[in-house]
Amino acid sequence: MPDFSKPSLEYFELLPLLIVFGTACVGVLLEAFLPRQSRRVPQVLVSLVGLAAALGATIWVAKEAKEVGGGAARGIVGAEGSVIIDGPTLYLWGLLLIFGILGVALFAERRLEGGLSAFAGQAAALPGTEAERQAATQGLDHTEVYPLLLFAIGGMLLFPASGDLLTMFVALEVLSLPLYLLCGLARRRRLLSQEAALKYFLLGAFSSGFFLYGAALIYGYAGSMSFAGIDQAVRNNTSEHWLLLTGIALLSVGLLFKVGAAPFQAWTPDVYQGAPTAVTAFMSAGTKAAAFGALARLFYVAFDGERWSWQPMLSVVAIATMLLGAVLAIVQTDVKRMLAYSAVAHTGFLLTGVIGAQGAGQLAKGQYSSLEGVLFYLTTYGFASVGAFALVTIVRDAGGEATSTAAWAGLGKRSPLVAGSFAFFLLSMAGIPLTAGFVGKWAVFTSAMSAGFWWVVLVAIVSSVIAIFFYVRHIKLMFFTDPEPGETAAVSDASLLTVGTIAICLAATVVLGVVPGPVLELVTGAGDFIR
Amino acid sequence: MSALSIPVVAPTEADGVFSLLWLIIALPLAGAAILLLGGKYTDKWGHYLGTLMPVGSFVISLTCFFTALGRDEGDRQVAQHLYDWIDVGGLHVGMDLLYDPLSALFLLLITGVGSLIHIYSIGYMAHDARRRRFFGYLNLFVAAMLMLVLAENYVGLFLGWEGVGLASYLLIGFWQHKHSAAAAAKKAFVINRVGDMGMSLAIFLMFVTFGTTSFSGISFGVAAGDQVGALDASTMNWIGVLLLIGACGKSAQVPLQAWLLDAMEGPTPVSALIHAATMVTAGVYLVTRSNFIFENAPHAQTAVIVVATVTLMWGAILGCAKDDIKKALAGSTMSQIGYMMLGAGLGVAGYAFAIFHLLTHGFFKANMFLGAGSVMHAMDDDVDMRHYGGLQKLVPVTFLTFAMGYLAIIGFPGFSGFFSKDKIIEVALTENIWVGLCAMLGAGITGFYMTRLMLLTFFTQPRWSSKGEGAVHPHESPWVMTGPLVVLAALSVLGGVMLAGDWIVDFLAPVVGHAEHEEPPLPALVISLLVVVVVGIGVALALFFVQKRDVPRVAPTDVSFVTKAARADLYGDAINDALVVRPGSQLVTGLVATDRGVVDGAFSGGGLVLRGAGQALRRLQSGYVRTYALSVLGGALVLVLTLVAVNL
Repeated sequence: MPDFSKPSLEYFELLPLLIVFGTACVGVLLEAFLPRQSRRVPQVLVSLVGLAAALGATIWVAKEAKEVGGGAARGIVGAEGSVIIDGPTLYLWGLLLIFGILGVALFAERRLEGGLSAFAGQAAALPGTEAERQAATQGLDHTEVYPLLLFAIGGMLLFPASGDLLTMFVALEVLSLPLYLLCGLARRRRLLSQEAALKYFLLGAFSSGFFLYGAALIYGYAGSMSFAGIDQAVRNNTSEHWLLLTGIALLSVGLLFKVGAAPFQAWTPDVYQGAPTAVTAFMSAGTKAAAFGALARLFYVAFDGERWSWQPMLSVVAIATMLLGAVLAIVQTDVKRMLAYSAVAHTGFLLTGVIGAQGAGQLAKGQYSSLEGVLFYLTTYGFASVGAFALVTIVRDAGGEATSTAAWAGLGKRSPLVAGSFAFFLLSMAGIPLTAGFVGKWAVFTSAMSAGFWWVVLVAIVSSVIAIFFYVRHIKLMFFTDPEPGETAAVSDASLLTVGTIAICLAATVVLGVVPGPVLELVTGAGDFIR
Repeated sequence: MSALSIPVVAPTEADGVFSLLWLIIALPLAGAAILLLGGKYTDKWGHYLGTLMPVGSFVISLTCFFTALGRDEGDRQVAQHLYDWIDVGGLHVGMDLLYDPLSALFLLLITGVGSLIHIYSIGYMAHDARRRRFFGYLNLFVAAMLMLVLAENYVGLFLGWEGVGLASYLLIGFWQHKHSAAAAAKKAFVINRVGDMGMSLAIFLMFVTFGTTSFSGISFGVAAGDQVGALDASTMNWIGVLLLIGACGKSAQVPLQAWLLDAMEGPTPVSALIHAATMVTAGVYLVTRSNFIFENAPHAQTAVIVVATVTLMWGAILGCAKDDIKKALAGSTMSQIGYMMLGAGLGVAGYAFAIFHLLTHGFFKANMFLGAGSVMHAMDDDVDMRHYGGLQKLVPVTFLTFAMGYLAIIGFPGFSGFFSKDKIIEVALTENIWVGLCAMLGAGITGFYMTRLMLLTFFTQPRWSSKGEGAVHPHESPWVMTGPLVVLAALSVLGGVMLAGDWIVDFLAPVVGHAEHEEPPLPALVISLLVVVVVGIGVALALFFVQKRDVPRVAPTDVSFVTKAARADLYGDAINDALVVRPGSQLVTGLVATDRGVVDGAFSGGGLVLRGAGQALRRLQSGYVRTYALSVLGGALVLVLTLVAVNL
């Protein structure tokens, strides 16, 4: 019998992960042992406490993190090489946990639907049937959404931290599967929601297949699953080069699908529109942050030696994504779809950052490395996106959320504060100076510029201008257009949970725009990936 | 031309009264914040607070100015570091302010004329329900404009640049219940984005080239690079051209001029402050401030001259054709900014005169716009000059002050405009005879259209009635409106004093350098006389065409060809519409991909193309999973092929 050696685990550094997964398991137990009517409050409390504890642990770990590799990076390679807890990981963990807390707050909102949550009472019951009515009158809810959300967050935490292809794949699935379910649980417009969930699942599974095949090819090429091992093999470049190239392409498919880059963006509008808006809010910020973290780690650590061949590939994808997102957003008549296409455009801008200059040698004095730019951009976009979608949940008419753009006409006159906040988020996404978006765009564009990709930056600026068009058009619609009779939305009275979330996002967007210094410092202080 | 003639920006640390520099911006900014956030609680006293703030800034600016005068020429450049805006790793963008002779003059103009216009607005907006908001926006504008001229780096300048754009947008569309006002606001916003794109690309390029965005850093970099011959000429030209695009958008220069006439939809004080005296001159400031770039970018300088010459003719022609008193003045503004740009484009010899003309223009044009507002006030907000006539007795103060502005703008000897315009024409003639001749011809046209405006408004027979339907009872405006007019009229007359003993040239020399004196092709006195003669011809023509004939109340449309030709202004209108305005605006529409939905409910130009592309692409979004999966598969193939292609 072969010797079995006990794996050594760095429990302290892994604490945030363990807390989130542990809380999720507690949530499942609560589902099992509490009666249906009294599950909601404990679930919300447990989730919030768990996430806050994980956030605290993350900060603690970050404070304790030691420098490695001559001071270029900080942190450790943990769990037998499968989890890497370094500066970028910890930054993303903090960010994701904040988004998670905001997400829980949005999930728990009940005042908007008159005492019911935005999630279906009984997903299996058909809308309009007796079972559905019963569930509604008893105030039933799928409180499973909280543990599902926690599992998704856990997957997101693991995704950018993974140290090898298998962990990355597992994380990908752990984050995706709960999201597929969450997307299908909308109380209103159930069929749209379920269709979205099924589409997301089928396409997600399809792209996961590509990822897995890519991993297999890379293993065939490098003889190792770990990023460090792959890096070694790429630099020594001995065997079949085509295995490596095909592997990179197929792995990219899986990741680019998750971030919603063209031509893998098709699911984005359908899913963003169909999913309950609280889920969309969380997903748009969280998935993007986690997946870009993973993307950056894969390309910067494992395939750094092959930079000159994947940079053109990502450039092409970035250009297609920016243009497609900006142009298609113009013709949308649904607010959620418009925001979805804008999310696609932002994916393109982020990819522009990813292809940017990375090494300190390439950078002029005072420029950000592409990793820093991308991390900052994720922060600014994430808050604006969560805030914007949260606002969508409170603008309502008789049929629930009023997502048709026509219904938003003249909102500025009826509720100047809400319309003003929405306008501010849109301006930040458009990248108007003094909002967070401007600083983010500046950071990613300069880094791409100094890597010599001026043509991508040119397209990026053109796309920004196109994008400003539809953002400003919506602002004009809210403030200067008179509403069509019979098609107006009003702002519903929301509880502190939603209002607080919006306020936090607004504050974050303002602060990041006016005094971005501290956060930029945090981003730079995060250092590089551990190689 | 060498960079050596251009001084390097090397300010000293701010001390004494200069440590209050930040307050100049902070005061109006605080005013805007209080008025806009304070809501209706500030309705009662908001306009007084809003007026006090720029007055306060003016007092500080004046103190700084006199302190600077008391110093040696070399010590007049000070910088104040407020805080690190973006400071990480090596990137250092500080909230830095720079006070030097150039910004000193701008500060005085902005806060001085700004204060007067605030005072005037107390009367002008007295009956507007949203007066408080108006003052809040005005304060916001003043703060942004001050930021623009005080910033020590291009990022700070850009912040102010965008701020004035925003304030201008809000103020043009202030009467948002008017559809045309909302449309005009949007048009201005969108066209300005094109300029801003040029501007931001320029900043990027400067950052990549010099590794900094501060004026001192870049001017040092240029000087150092020039010395060792390491300056890449084409990069410098590109930076220059991109900056010019930015300047064109903000200063309404051809081809980005289309928004200025529409912008007259805003309240008249706004037209006076933003679209005549200050914001539209930001382009001239930008070119002058970036002299270290332009002096090393000969092609970009040529482009500035071409744009300026075209614009000064263009605006003058527009001015001849408009019946709307504000639009006629706007055409003239465009033309006068053309002169300033021309001055700035002429390099070291012209910068000081460009700024000189900018200042005198700020006085007399603000004066005339406010005068026009006073006339509109008298005529129940009618802007059509064809409905005026014979008002000189009824609004005597307005008439007299307006006349001072009129004499100044046509360049009547002794008035401020005479000195400033004359100098630019003289330098232009020295540099290039054809450009100089165009500038001279423009002066003649100015004489024509301004005389026409004067005659139609104050002289000729009255074309309004005080009885029956549409009756008006012209009356003089209250003192709170005429007071600022008197002050501005005095400045219009006396502004030429700044040239006494070449004071302004010497004062600005530490910023823009000192030119070797080149002899113009003709003696200066002869040039001045020629200009006066050309202007005289323009005035005479106007007298002949307008004063000697009856002016119909409604512009006739079905007149014979001969009559059309005789009535030169209508002819100009037709030319203007067919040749200039429509293609111009269509070109811009195509460029900006803007929509004209606001105007006619349809998309045109670039907007249409994009929308069409959107609609076509939208078909791919069929909603079928199989289609999506196919696109994923296709995408995977594309990725593999790109990688293989790169490795071939």
